[in-house]
Amino acid sequence: MITALEVNDLAVARGGRRLFEKLAFRLDAGRMLAIAGPNGSGKTSLLRAIAGLLRPAAGTIVFEGAEDSGHARRTACHLLGHQEGLKGSRTAAEELAFQARWCGASPAAAELAASRLGLSRLMGLEVHRLSAGQKRRLALARLIAAKRPLWLLDEPLAPLDIAGRDLAAELMSEHLAGGGLILAATHDLLPLPADRLEL
Amino acid sequence: MLALLMRREISIAWGRGGGPLLAVAFLIAAASLVPLSLGPAPGPLSAAAIGVTWVALVLATLLSLDRLFQHDLEDGCLDLLALGAPPLEAVCAVKCVASWLVNGAPLAVAAPAAAIALGAAPSSAIQIAVAALTGGIAFAFVGGAGAAIALVSRRGGVLMAVIVLPLLIPPVIFGGALMATGSAGASQALALLLAYALASVALAPFAMAAACRNALG
Repeated sequence: MITALEVNDLAVARGGRRLFEKLAFRLDAGRMLAIAGPNGSGKTSLLRAIAGLLRPAAGTIVFEGAEDSGHARRTACHLLGHQEGLKGSRTAAEELAFQARWCGASPAAAELAASRLGLSRLMGLEVHRLSAGQKRRLALARLIAAKRPLWLLDEPLAPLDIAGRDLAAELMSEHLAGGGLILAATHDLLPLPADRLEL
Repeated sequence: MLALLMRREISIAWGRGGGPLLAVAFLIAAASLVPLSLGPAPGPLSAAAIGVTWVALVLATLLSLDRLFQHDLEDGCLDLLALGAPPLEAVCAVKCVASWLVNGAPLAVAAPAAAIALGAAPSSAIQIAVAALTGGIAFAFVGGAGAAIALVSRRGGVLMAVIVLPLLIPPVIFGGALMATGSAGASQALALLLAYALASVALAPFAMAAACRNALG
């Protein structure tokens, strides 16, 4: 279980340009950090660097309380990016079952998560028939089906309607109450108390 | 976990744009063009039958591998796969095996039919199928490496062909020899083809994973 995320002197470059440098912050269990900044300031790149998908140009990222291995880091976080990682030709049920199991959860947990997100009646539909908001709900269902301590969320509320935003806030609140950590890059005002980092 | 991924990859490959039928149709169409250029006389046709079929099979395989990783990169699946418990090398290997099962196996059935239709001896059907199946492993893994390396390019398909075709020279030679020789030389050609296929299985996943990580970053 991760007890804290600590970032020191972090620099990330894309296409030969440094997006940010000397970035440092600490996020303790049960806390949320909202990352703000204009387009192209490096919010998404920061999330991907913490997930281990992008190699930083400098600095360190430490998961306190977790083993320092590639496997431990890969399986410690959920990354919810701009794309949900869903295949349009498969049904919502197939995709959620796969994603949940791939992240270490059981099929039963996937079904429960679908029910929680209000997706039960849509699970037989092919993903390409779902709206953007429904796809985002399906991606959120993966987060609660497979328990991982660190959530890295990129514009998590963007495609959701008001009810969906309330539900997402409820899920995030429960995750924090359970000792989880959330890093959210967003242009929206988050519906929960959060520390703020400006890039 | 990897069996789960295998089932999903096969399901997606069957559901995408006609699945393996596209590769088989390409093989048949390419083979059908040959009599139009060489003429209907059986002599030149039967002499070229095996070579033409083998080259058409290579191209049909590459056609099916063109976007092996591209869709996953675009729709965010590669992020998800990279953050799973299995290493990315194993993920890449599973994707190639799934591609071989979905496209390589039907092509191995279609290749003897195409070769015989062009004038190859019907007795060579089993040798052609064995060569296609064994060579198909090498094509899938080497082609997969090319597809992964091409992820960073906007003209991925062309780049992939440029990268991969030189690497396919050995299996093309060994496979051609296996299909064309009698039983005396066949075992040597098969051993060489199998060795190349196994080497590609051992090495290509590392190249694919490195290329995918580069594209993800």
